[in-house]
Amino acid sequence: MADLRVNFAGIQSPNPFWLASAPPTNSGAQIHRAFEAGWGGAVWKTIGPPVLNVSNRYGAWHQGNLKMLGINNVELISDRPLEVNLREIAEVKRAWPDRAVIVSAMVESRREAWHDIIRRIEDAGADGIELNYGCPHGMSERGMGAAVGQVPEYCERITSWVMEVARVPVIVKLTPNVTSIVPPARAAVAAGANALSLINTVNSIIGVDLDSLEITPSIAGKGGHGGYAGPAVKPIALNMLAALGVDEVVLRSGLPISGMGGVSTWRDAAEFLLLGARTVQVCTSVMHYGFRIVEDLCDGLSNWMDEKGFATINDVVGRSLHRISDFGNFDLSFRAVARINEEKCIRCDLCYVACNDTAHQCIDLVSGSGVVVQPYSYAVTSNGRAEAVGTRPQPVVREVDCVGCRLCFNVCPVEACIEMVTLPPERESVTWAEIASAQPEVTEDWEAMENYREQKGIHIH
Amino acid sequence: MGTQRPEGGLSEQLPPLSGNEALVEANRCLYCYDAPCTHACPTHIDIPRFIKKIATGNLTGSARTILEANILGATCARVCPVQELCEGACVLGKEHKPITIGRLQRYSTDYVSDRGVDLFHAGAPNDLKVAVVGAGPAGLSCAGYLARLGYSVTLFEKRSLGGGLSTYGIIVLREPVETALAEVEMVRRLGVQIETGVELGGNLAWADVQSRFDAVFLSVGLGATASLGVAGEEHVMDGLAYIEQSKLEPDRVAVGRNVLVIGAGNTAVDCATIARRLGAGSVTIVYRRGEREMTAYPHEYEFIKLEGCEFRFLTRPVRVVSDVGGVTGLECVRVALGAPDASGRPEPIDVPGSGFVLPADQIIKAIGQNKPSLASLLGLTTARGYIQVNADLETSLSGVYAGGDCVRAWGAASTVMAVQDGKLAASAIHRKLSHTNG
Repeated sequence: MADLRVNFAGIQSPNPFWLASAPPTNSGAQIHRAFEAGWGGAVWKTIGPPVLNVSNRYGAWHQGNLKMLGINNVELISDRPLEVNLREIAEVKRAWPDRAVIVSAMVESRREAWHDIIRRIEDAGADGIELNYGCPHGMSERGMGAAVGQVPEYCERITSWVMEVARVPVIVKLTPNVTSIVPPARAAVAAGANALSLINTVNSIIGVDLDSLEITPSIAGKGGHGGYAGPAVKPIALNMLAALGVDEVVLRSGLPISGMGGVSTWRDAAEFLLLGARTVQVCTSVMHYGFRIVEDLCDGLSNWMDEKGFATINDVVGRSLHRISDFGNFDLSFRAVARINEEKCIRCDLCYVACNDTAHQCIDLVSGSGVVVQPYSYAVTSNGRAEAVGTRPQPVVREVDCVGCRLCFNVCPVEACIEMVTLPPERESVTWAEIASAQPEVTEDWEAMENYREQKGIHIH
Repeated sequence: MGTQRPEGGLSEQLPPLSGNEALVEANRCLYCYDAPCTHACPTHIDIPRFIKKIATGNLTGSARTILEANILGATCARVCPVQELCEGACVLGKEHKPITIGRLQRYSTDYVSDRGVDLFHAGAPNDLKVAVVGAGPAGLSCAGYLARLGYSVTLFEKRSLGGGLSTYGIIVLREPVETALAEVEMVRRLGVQIETGVELGGNLAWADVQSRFDAVFLSVGLGATASLGVAGEEHVMDGLAYIEQSKLEPDRVAVGRNVLVIGAGNTAVDCATIARRLGAGSVTIVYRRGEREMTAYPHEYEFIKLEGCEFRFLTRPVRVVSDVGGVTGLECVRVALGAPDASGRPEPIDVPGSGFVLPADQIIKAIGQNKPSLASLLGLTTARGYIQVNADLETSLSGVYAGGDCVRAWGAASTVMAVQDGKLAASAIHRKLSHTNG
């Protein structure tokens, strides 16, 4: 059985699953229950200056039968008194010495204020501290949260203040509301932080109510941007995680990364680990289903690791990072085409309409007698199950015309029905970067490009 | 007679979908392109489109999508043999379960009907007059479409209520009378003049119709239930009358303790269902051919078996046994199946000396209806006894069209086929008259 234990910048955790700093970690009682359920760690909901919250804090985005693919919120940091939080932190840590208790913090941008909060958190017995440079609403307007994370200089200055007094590991949590995640990460590295975490929530407006025409959620008729999280942000988080994973400064620093943003299942978690996260933090999925989900997070990850022969979390961390590359380095001679398994195909023709209307028009509808037919070509008098099913044509990919765009593969509702088949390359391997270097004119001038295509036998339909 | 009746035993069997049920089911639909369900539907309702409109909360648009293709969408949502049509063709049926298209269609059509929303209106008058004879599904469909095109349509109905078999012949378990009558009213609000109690060849002369109208559509259905030709037949109840009474005067239906239903089509199943639901102790379907030859849809057969009905296959009634108190039994003979007869099915041949009596205190016959008698009255060419029509549904008389069960010499007679006939005939009439007058 795989060993799920993690040493994260010196913080010990029995598994890589931590609750993210958010409503699920608002109180000691909640974290007690989470640890009972099996969570390896918890990042305490951010403590800091006094706040007041509003009602109608969460808005959600649903798709079809799937609820809460995305959730946004305008809830602020902890609205419980500092002393209460610190007392409960101490109680939790005493009760759960083997779990990771990390406390998220944010205060006004004064050196003394940061020194004070760091000392108090350490006095409570926390295993680590996470600096909240990401909250995009409410606190950022007061010069905290994302207001810090978006400016690398602030990020570096405040982190260095923290590091002056910190005795436990310090994690800098980054905001995704930036053009590039790398500069603030490098700033944290420069200031001597012990670890990074990402992503915080994404600026968002979840929607507009079509009855009242109010913003969702409506706070006495008003609404505004809130932090977006949940399954829908996972691809954004993975991209930012990978960007740090391949950044030479971050890489050289050796700082571990705690990944988060849309982790719902062990599969999501495994992807974060493969792209360089050493622990993963979870919030939305817990807010949807409760603490109990940690059981399958651990169980599923462990079984997958066993199947793959990974003994420890370290065996997984960053294992796919070497595959992260840029368009310029992709092999232009690589050829894949879609192939439809006629046995599995249910003839919904979603591949056909997607290809025909929006891609490269390379799927035909072929009748039982092998003739290409047009959609809707049955007679008005034709009806009944037998005729409709019996005469329904089969979608077939014209492989010579298929550019391998993979749209049909993505829209197909049947498991493993459409396969992207790798074909032997027809040309020598070459990348755009190599062309740009050897024949720059090809990348700049259409005539040169056309000559190049002619010369290489590249025909685009 | 006089057993206790289960409360609500004949009310509509399937409850309406709740909003959430409809939403979940609508979202399960894959939104197939050139969808097989649409192909399978005789009226070719764009089913994925109306279902996706439920998913987006556009119920008015959903109902319009349905009713545009099938003006009697509310009836068809309830009575269509969906297993043989749309749902039977659903691509999800292969490995999962098909979308419940009928119930979703009911959800959308009920939405507008319950709110009294009229989605269609009479077209600008074109001064052309069409007579439609028979206010069943085919007639209502034809009249409705023509009214929307601006025709002045008069719909003659011999019964006191419109709706045809939807009103009189579909058991309430599948369709309440109110649904059928609401559709009649919808057609009336389109400006169609509906004259009930008027029978062509009776109080309405054919010459009169011919002189007053530019075109005629005959949707007269079929005749009375066929005769068994056995002694004592006067003691046998007519299945269609039995169903009719269960719909219009449910409290007056007399149900035996021991009921025999002769015939094994969908009407026989309906009669057996009524008898079971209204408290008969035992109900047995008596059929002269075998299980494989019965004409009821497979899902109807499954249904009635679960209702607790028994079957006597290969059994031919020869005489009704009665005493002063009424029916006491049905004398039958065993039959063997021989070579295919005119219907293409094996011919039942009596087994000599196999006579026996099935005890019964009520016998109902549901052995099909006689061919339409109007054809000979109007001098129309027939095919196998049904009115013969061409691809435009025009009869041998120019300008006289026909559709519905009265032309259904081949294929399954069903409400939805009748609706499509009405629609196609309306379109053909419009082509002909606008060409003539254009």
